Amino acid sequence: MNTRKLRDAFGTKVMLALTLFISSLFFLVFILLLYRSLLVLESHSIIEVLFSSTWNPDAGQFGLAAVIVDTILVTGFALIIAIPISLLSAIYIVEYAPRRVRKTIRPFIDVLAGVPSVVYGLCAFLFLVPLVKDVIAPWFGIQSTGLCIFSAATILSVMVFPIIISLCIESFDAIPLALKEASLSVGATKWETVKKVVFRAAAPSIIAAILLGFGRAFGETIAVNMVIGGTIRLPNSVFSPGETLASLIASKYGELMSIPIYESALMLVALILFIVVFIFYLLGFLVLRRAKKRWNT
Amino acid sequence: MNRRTIEENIFKILMIGSLCIVIGSLVIIFGLVIINGASSLSIEMLTQTPTPTTPGSPPGGGILNAIVGSLILAIPATAFASLIGLGIALYLQTDFLTPRVSNSIRFMLDVLWGIPSIIYGIFCLMIMIYIGMSSSILVGMIALTMLEIPIITRSMDESIKMVPSGLKEASYSLGSTKFETAFRVVRRQAFPGILAGILLGLGRGIGDAASILFTAGFSNRLPTSILDSTAALPTMIYNLYSTPLGQSKAFAAAFILLMIVLIVSVLSRLLTRRFKKHIIK
Repeated sequence: MNTRKLRDAFGTKVMLALTLFISSLFFLVFILLLYRSLLVLESHSIIEVLFSSTWNPDAGQFGLAAVIVDTILVTGFALIIAIPISLLSAIYIVEYAPRRVRKTIRPFIDVLAGVPSVVYGLCAFLFLVPLVKDVIAPWFGIQSTGLCIFSAATILSVMVFPIIISLCIESFDAIPLALKEASLSVGATKWETVKKVVFRAAAPSIIAAILLGFGRAFGETIAVNMVIGGTIRLPNSVFSPGETLASLIASKYGELMSIPIYESALMLVALILFIVVFIFYLLGFLVLRRAKKRWNT
Repeated sequence: MNRRTIEENIFKILMIGSLCIVIGSLVIIFGLVIINGASSLSIEMLTQTPTPTTPGSPPGGGILNAIVGSLILAIPATAFASLIGLGIALYLQTDFLTPRVSNSIRFMLDVLWGIPSIIYGIFCLMIMIYIGMSSSILVGMIALTMLEIPIITRSMDESIKMVPSGLKEASYSLGSTKFETAFRVVRRQAFPGILAGILLGLGRGIGDAASILFTAGFSNRLPTSILDSTAALPTMIYNLYSTPLGQSKAFAAAFILLMIVLIVSVLSRLLTRRFKKHIIK
């Protein structure tokens, strides 16, 4: 064997090893989280952990129901705000905006996507929290500290905008021009074309974009942790403080990691996060694959 | 005006409204950080580490330890992740694997991209405790590398996909092996995209707090060895944001962080454009 072949064989092996490493990392994270959460699952049934709302580690109670409800509220609320705004913006950018505006807006969206989540959290803490406390909550007749589910959901929706917008822009661009022209030529207005042709043609990609946005909102830790208040109790309204799954880990891990069963409970939380994100990505992947088949891209 | 044009106009107004919300939120965030950050920035802030204070008096000193910590954590992590990512991306793209296998690896990378970064943090923490280490730059770096690998790999992978197969075939037909084709031809042709991927990973890594929160720890001093714990800009913000006295430091840190992210993003555009000249169309 000459050196060329030797280098080739060696290099290929290294690349294969790296690829295997990253694939194994996926399973390694899953298995390790599962293994570490077994301790809490031995003494508590999974039903009890998921549906009991008493979180009292000192008494050995690890009910996650309140946290799960908060997580669903925060994520759901964030998406309810983010989906229409992102979709309408994406439509405007693709279909209505002049070329020049379009070209200048894209980099802005990219920048918004790149802003670190602590910076979002910091801005929310200093701008949104007082606003909710002094203006929005009293408007609904509720007393609130401003550190609440509503604030967390609002900042999350801002963080999700760029993800949904950029994916939607991509998918709207991929629609064959002939489809739109056909609709316009039979007298449909631009909005009718968007409503009946563009949305329908891009539906799988829009769903995939929303699922990815969900994944981001669901797993966001730091920004949520900074504005949600950190109370583990079933919420009365969207203006009460709460705690999401991801932010629970960030706020409790430092104090609880020395005691095995506490740590195990938090590992279970991480495992739930992992599984849910996995399921949503899987759904997004399946939907997108169908979309790709449709346009052969 | 009939009903159809009214509907058209209503939705047009809604669209412009939502775009204004998106742009407005960007403006608010940048405005807050730049106004507050610029007012709390000073030479002292950039060149000093935090001084220990008696309770009640404003915390003195600056955020030098966080700036240094962030760079020490993110730059090596990005370098490792880029090397690993380049290997994987080229392996996925250069006909070594069947499409089925490489697509499932891509899917796994996507999920790894999507899982919350706190999971990388506690994953590394678990291993760290298991082998008896304490929080240090090394562990933080490993956590960041793990976080960046999927990001860098997937974006490199997407840009390598654009390399025309004729180019690869020409290389094969001259007798070069797959490995040589990958590193001599494909790598060179996809260079702008690879660079953009590296910078994307750097931007993401330098801003992430959750993964280094427990793994890199926190310290008010400059690190002296790789086994020291260190502060970083995101963890500095996270630790200081809630106290009124710490807020000026938090904003200074946020300002620097935002500037780094902006510079990285602008750099990525400029470099991509510059290197695009050299590739074969």
